[in-house]
Amino acid sequence: MTISEQDLIVEVRELSVQRLHKWIRLGWVRPERREGAAFFHDVDVARVRLLNELEHTLEFDDDTVPLVLSLLDQIHGLRNELRCLTLAIEEQPAAIRERIRNAYARIADE
Amino acid sequence: MTRDPYEVLGVAKTASADDIKKAYRKLVKQLHPDLHPGDKKAADRFKDVSSAYEIVGDPEKRKKFDKGEIDASGAERPDQRFYREYANRGGAKQYQSNRGFADFGDFSDIFSDLFGAAGAAGATPMRGRNVHYKLEVDFLTAAKGGQQRITLPDGKQLGVNIPEGVTDGQTLRLKGLGHPGRGDAPAGDAMIEIHVRPHPTFERKGDDVVSELAVAIDEAVLGAKVEAPTVSGRVMITVPKGASSGQTLRLKGKGIKAKSGAHGDHLIRLKIVMPKAIDEELEKFMTGWRERHAYNPRQE
Repeated sequence: MTISEQDLIVEVRELSVQRLHKWIRLGWVRPERREGAAFFHDVDVARVRLLNELEHTLEFDDDTVPLVLSLLDQIHGLRNELRCLTLAIEEQPAAIRERIRNAYARIADE
Repeated sequence: MTRDPYEVLGVAKTASADDIKKAYRKLVKQLHPDLHPGDKKAADRFKDVSSAYEIVGDPEKRKKFDKGEIDASGAERPDQRFYREYANRGGAKQYQSNRGFADFGDFSDIFSDLFGAAGAAGATPMRGRNVHYKLEVDFLTAAKGGQQRITLPDGKQLGVNIPEGVTDGQTLRLKGLGHPGRGDAPAGDAMIEIHVRPHPTFERKGDDVVSELAVAIDEAVLGAKVEAPTVSGRVMITVPKGASSGQTLRLKGKGIKAKSGAHGDHLIRLKIVMPKAIDEELEKFMTGWRERHAYNPRQE
């Protein structure tokens, strides 16, 4: 499900076209492009809300927002990799899981 | 019970609008779910804080609340879907960054192997990652081949062609059904690891199938034609006269299709089974028979 730019502006309180365009220009939001128009997926809408919160409520300036955003993107990237790794370990036979657990405990203690 | 909004924000009832905003902003920094991914408590408290600010952060609503015209309830915002709820999923790949792993490559290749294709927006085209599944198939499907459905984690169903003679632990590769590639690069493959369920009668030894067949004493003594199950259906076999338990009959080409295209054999191990009860006639016959023909099978 995607929504158009106009619908997005209506949906998110205190969002202006100028600010949305700025975010897209800076690559902070990357909507899907079809025939010259922008379409926003759920994840893009949620990200726009977050950017709005950072700029509007928290009054972070143009230097701070990308810093926060980059840290968040790294956290989510790491969380996702950790999730995949955990699921991959989860699929292993009990004996291998046990070995990983032991190795983990040993390394974490070092 | 809805708590007093001033209390939630930690400000006095006489606080100025500016002080309320400052207090709110401080709490948002501490509690905003998107700034604290994975923290459940922060999310609950954030909800209270935003409901409270909904009232006292708005001069009109605050006046009404102070006069007792409205209470603190009813100001809850509809459940907001925060960015973090999307950010960990596949759909958010374009924003996820794995720069946080870049230095891991220094001491382990596994990181570049595993994470090389993920994250990092705007990079060069790269083939999509393979996805791995496990699929349990029953013995006969593995032996004879067939179709089996697999449900992928995203709910999609996939018909997998099980090739004849697939072995336990073998991996089937379905080209292009893995993660999509980046740029013009092709998608990864779906790798399906086959687990063959054991069969109550048949056992596989390489390309041969082994099974046990019960025979009656008269069939063993006199020889007989009996029906025996194989992976390709029931066949008539000849139990030779004087067969013993453990004796193995080989049915050529009734086993499993090998990689070379030829079929393995089906080995039938005979097992002599006594009648449920030893009747008088049998007992009498054996007693007489023993006097003249006793033998000791434990010798030699």
